[in-house]
Amino acid sequence: MAASSDHAGKTGFRAWLNKRLPVDEFIDSQLIGYFAPKNFNIWYFFGALALLVFVIQILTGIFLTMHYKPSETAAFDSVEYIMREVEWGWLIRYMHSTGASFFFIVVYLHMFRAMIYGSYRAPRELLWILGMLLYLALMAEAFMGYVLPWGNMSYWGAQVIVNLFGTIPVIGPGVVEWIRGDYGIADSTLNRFFALHVIALPFAIAFLVLMHLVALRQTGSNNPDGIEIKEKMGSNGKPIDGIPFHPYYTVKDVVGVGVFLIFFCGVIFFAPTFGGLFLEKPNFEPANELSTPEHIAPVWYFTAFYAMLRAVPDQQLGALLMLLAIVVLFFLPWLDRSPVKSIRYKGWLSKIALALFVVSFVVLSYLGLKPASDLYVILARVFTAVYFAYFLLMPWYTRIEKCKSAPERVTYHA
Amino acid sequence: MRKSFLAAALGFTLVFAGPSAMAATTGPHAAWMDWEPGNDVGNIASLQRGAANFMGYCAGCHSLKYKRYSRVAKDLNIPEEQMEKLLLLPGAKKGDYIITPMSKADGEVWFGKAPPDLSLTTRAKGSDYVYQFLKTFYVDPKSTNGTNNLALPNTAMPHVLSALQGVQEAKFKAVEKVVDGETVTEQHWDSFELTSPGQLSPEEYDGFVRDTVNFLEYVGEPVKAKRESLGVWVILFLLVFTGFAYLLKQEYWKDVK
Repeated sequence: MAASSDHAGKTGFRAWLNKRLPVDEFIDSQLIGYFAPKNFNIWYFFGALALLVFVIQILTGIFLTMHYKPSETAAFDSVEYIMREVEWGWLIRYMHSTGASFFFIVVYLHMFRAMIYGSYRAPRELLWILGMLLYLALMAEAFMGYVLPWGNMSYWGAQVIVNLFGTIPVIGPGVVEWIRGDYGIADSTLNRFFALHVIALPFAIAFLVLMHLVALRQTGSNNPDGIEIKEKMGSNGKPIDGIPFHPYYTVKDVVGVGVFLIFFCGVIFFAPTFGGLFLEKPNFEPANELSTPEHIAPVWYFTAFYAMLRAVPDQQLGALLMLLAIVVLFFLPWLDRSPVKSIRYKGWLSKIALALFVVSFVVLSYLGLKPASDLYVILARVFTAVYFAYFLLMPWYTRIEKCKSAPERVTYHA
Repeated sequence: MRKSFLAAALGFTLVFAGPSAMAATTGPHAAWMDWEPGNDVGNIASLQRGAANFMGYCAGCHSLKYKRYSRVAKDLNIPEEQMEKLLLLPGAKKGDYIITPMSKADGEVWFGKAPPDLSLTTRAKGSDYVYQFLKTFYVDPKSTNGTNNLALPNTAMPHVLSALQGVQEAKFKAVEKVVDGETVTEQHWDSFELTSPGQLSPEEYDGFVRDTVNFLEYVGEPVKAKRESLGVWVILFLLVFTGFAYLLKQEYWKDVK
């Protein structure tokens, strides 16, 4: 492989530059010298796509902040100003609003990939935890971003979510006031959410992304067979089943980006509100503290947790359950006791459990969008139980089931 | 795994594609709730008629505070001198936003509630709702202004288009229902009857309302027609781009055994 010595003989600007900044060395070690398993399938596009969406959000966000005004009286109007009078403002805004939903779509698929192939298992526990922290930061980022247009759903959504902190014993009410900076959701709340949305959280996300990538380089990628390619080294000191990330996966990811953009642009240009899912109808009315929307629902990516909250009659316990639903994900690396990582070689119990988990998450997401009527609440309770059972019973069912033995080498058909 | 991915994508679409049913409906589902205006914001002639309808019949009370006259003229291919002659409210300049001459305070005194700005009504409530609202006024002696509405019961708005539509009466049928062991009689809408004709025939009135709703849909999102026509080219480009990217990937991956 290309070693850094290849560049030693170079002269001119590149040599000048590399003497001062290790550009070529970085490319050699991190892109060309990084060997990834050759058997990645379609599930392995979503990490790169999440990074792409992050960049799209940052770039469109910069242009939105040039015209957006974070004030109670001007925020809503400034968004309409962007949609109507800023050149191409509508496109930038739709890219940003659609980007928020697509961020969660690719992140959920990325997380699901880790779950099917056991990518959270040792030695990648920290990689998984960094990813979970990224998910938390993304949730905070999305929530605060949703408040900024100051539509009626922004206002009432903020009301509901911020009040959840009020269920913390003793200090709850004080914490709520501290978050809002006022006795209600107000101008000060909007201002601080803007600051957190455009500065603090994007920095936190960028830092966590970097750590996530550094941790990935340390352990190397998992693959659909869930076996370690580093255990079979070739004579060149590189894994036999590994291929250089660049150019193989860079050209492959470009195809993934193309397909992704077809879906992404399909929504931007033909269904930017996605039937009221990506941009909710009540948010086309300005925030109004005197008029509660008929039915308050968060945006679709939070509705699974919202359904859990409403499934419990006691708000305090509901909020706790919601928190636990996310906390339990952090423990996944230690709950899975299977001798194999990939679902390909796990037994029937794991396969059924994972399928039920996916069904519960999708059904809960759907229920969270609907009014909390009797039948829906019962269903929400059932599927909340299924959701938690997936995790809590995992140490048991992954140990007793009969697994196939994982192969020595990765499965790959050219 | 490709199959399972497609299945997951399909499942996602199926679960989330039907959220339009989110609008709350109280009472039984009636036929008028399915009425749709069939908007086409690419139909410039319809938008022009709708703009004229709006300025003639709505702008006396309702503003379009995010919309400039000049932008309407530009988007709807209305020559400026025609715009100034036919559409401008008294005293307005062509670069102004469309603001009703009626003050908020007057609106509150006259109607009990200031007439709302209509810039975003089709986005907040849907153009189906606006169409149904304008089609379901009926005579109701119990109401303060003599009319009522099915889409927005007890609306403060009088039927300002009754000169065009005529006088419409609603027929209700009594339906007995058992609620908590007690029999209750509810009045359910059955049909409309035009008891005295207006200046327009029912078909002409329907066209008038459709054009107006179409115009309001355009006002809600002025860029919609452009967005969709541009989108076709964007998708076509991406298809070609992805095709070549795939060929490039195949070329590189030939070496991987």
